[in-house]
Amino acid sequence: MATARFRQRSSFINHVILTSFALVIILPCLVLIFNSIKPVEEFGTNPLGFPNEIRFMNYYDAWVNGNYTQIFYNSMTLVVGTLILNLTVSGLAAFSLAILNPKGIQTAVVGLYLLVGISIPAQLYILPLFLMWKSLYLLDTRIGLIIIYSALNAPFATFLIRSYMLQLPTELFEAARLDGASTYQLFTKVALPLSWPVFLTTALIVSLNVWNEFLFAITFIITDDYKPISSILFAFQSRFANDYGAVSAASILMAAPIAILFMFFQRRFISGLTSGATKG
Amino acid sequence: MPKFLTNINAISWYFLMPVLFIHFFVIAFPSILSLLLCLTDWNGFGKINYVGLENFEELFRDRIFKKAVYHNFIWTILFLTIPVIISLGLAYLLTGIKRGQMFYRLVFFFPYILASIVNCLIWRYIFHPKHGLGGWFENQGIDFLSKSPFAMKETALYAVAWVDIWHFFGFLVIIYLTGMYQVDDSLYEAADIEGATKFQKFRYITLPMIRPIFILSLIIIIIWSVPTFDYIYILTMGGPAYSSEVVANHLYSQAFQRMNVGYASTIGVMMFFYVGIIVSFFAILRRIGWEV
Repeated sequence: MATARFRQRSSFINHVILTSFALVIILPCLVLIFNSIKPVEEFGTNPLGFPNEIRFMNYYDAWVNGNYTQIFYNSMTLVVGTLILNLTVSGLAAFSLAILNPKGIQTAVVGLYLLVGISIPAQLYILPLFLMWKSLYLLDTRIGLIIIYSALNAPFATFLIRSYMLQLPTELFEAARLDGASTYQLFTKVALPLSWPVFLTTALIVSLNVWNEFLFAITFIITDDYKPISSILFAFQSRFANDYGAVSAASILMAAPIAILFMFFQRRFISGLTSGATKG
Repeated sequence: MPKFLTNINAISWYFLMPVLFIHFFVIAFPSILSLLLCLTDWNGFGKINYVGLENFEELFRDRIFKKAVYHNFIWTILFLTIPVIISLGLAYLLTGIKRGQMFYRLVFFFPYILASIVNCLIWRYIFHPKHGLGGWFENQGIDFLSKSPFAMKETALYAVAWVDIWHFFGFLVIIYLTGMYQVDDSLYEAADIEGATKFQKFRYITLPMIRPIFILSLIIIIIWSVPTFDYIYILTMGGPAYSSEVVANHLYSQAFQRMNVGYASTIGVMMFFYVGIIVSFFAILRRIGWEV
């Protein structure tokens, strides 16, 4: 009895501390949501609270003034393009490292190579890359950025997919081989259908990385019409510095797709992001 | 090597080609270029002159660079302490509750999936002197946060670090929590029988058992804090008066505002060497059997 009550009380204290930290996260996010539906006049008198008069027009302003139809299209193009290119090259590589030759010299060499790639700070190569892209006419194009994002996410994606494929039973591949499947068919007909969960996780994390990416987005896209949402929002904050309603609405528009995906795929996001770091 | 595959060496290389090609093209080749360009005084166009180690000499005289290195150092220390302590505590508290655990996990992790620009806009508003907290306190007649901490020399770096920590600590909570759940329950039961307090259990069971994951988190923090850029660039641009300038910002302005290709490459090379030294340090520790 005594211990039970003690447990209860201590778990109450746990909840108090945890809730106060949760509030440190929730309250600023709430302020952003409130601001996105607050009329401009109210910001002076009611800086943090729920608006007295709700104004959804902020979203309309942000969408129209920010040319968000185009911007969303740009960001979606980057996400989809990167997914196609990145998952293809990473999937092929992971298949090779996990199934074809898990103990070969390739695994050691390529693994080390990609690991070194992860720990190189982007600042080392961003400027030569910029000059290369300029001379190849890839600068200021979406395809140029797609190639960069695919490469940046390739080590992480390869390792994640590989660690999943390592758990696939080899008997399946042997059986398929006996039935006369080519190596390519082993990949498309056996490995791919079996490892869709890891491809989904990888796709979610890569989409998140591309959608949120900032440094390369502001550097490699110069024309406003091609800019993705992160660099537009960056320009927004100075262009509409005093229109907090519209800037907040624009931020929500950027965060919403990610937040919705997060609601549906919480576990995948969390496991993908943390295992990516701890394995890399 | 599985027997069912023939001629496997060649084929497995074909499957690796695309990723190696794209990775070489985007990361390795420009990195090598950078290692060469740091020995030149190139400005992006015109003639390339070999200047030897002149850029490095200039770098060691560069007052702003020294400042930036110092700020990076503070940044690393801040991240090695504040979020680590908070997250260890929160993860430990989370293991002690049953109901609502998933809720807390999601909330703590949520800022980690938000874009840097969104997090910055949230906190720029909250620290806005006229609106946000400052405005709220003013309406109550209290003079607090009446200047934006991003705009003051003394606080700019710490204010930006706070925003980044706010966004980051949930990630550590999850990592530590994963580690703590791998600890054998029987250890805690034995400690309960011995009458150990909560703190003793944390100190003598939890901490030693999660040591590998804990040290890994420290390595990650050290490596990730070297190229830190987004938050400082968005919130203060390194200002006011270089009071929050970090190395990555210094490089960025040298590279893309002044087009000092050679000099910027030199800064990049220094960052690379620094990260390389840290990574090999831990790799060697692991080699000689020091369990990290």
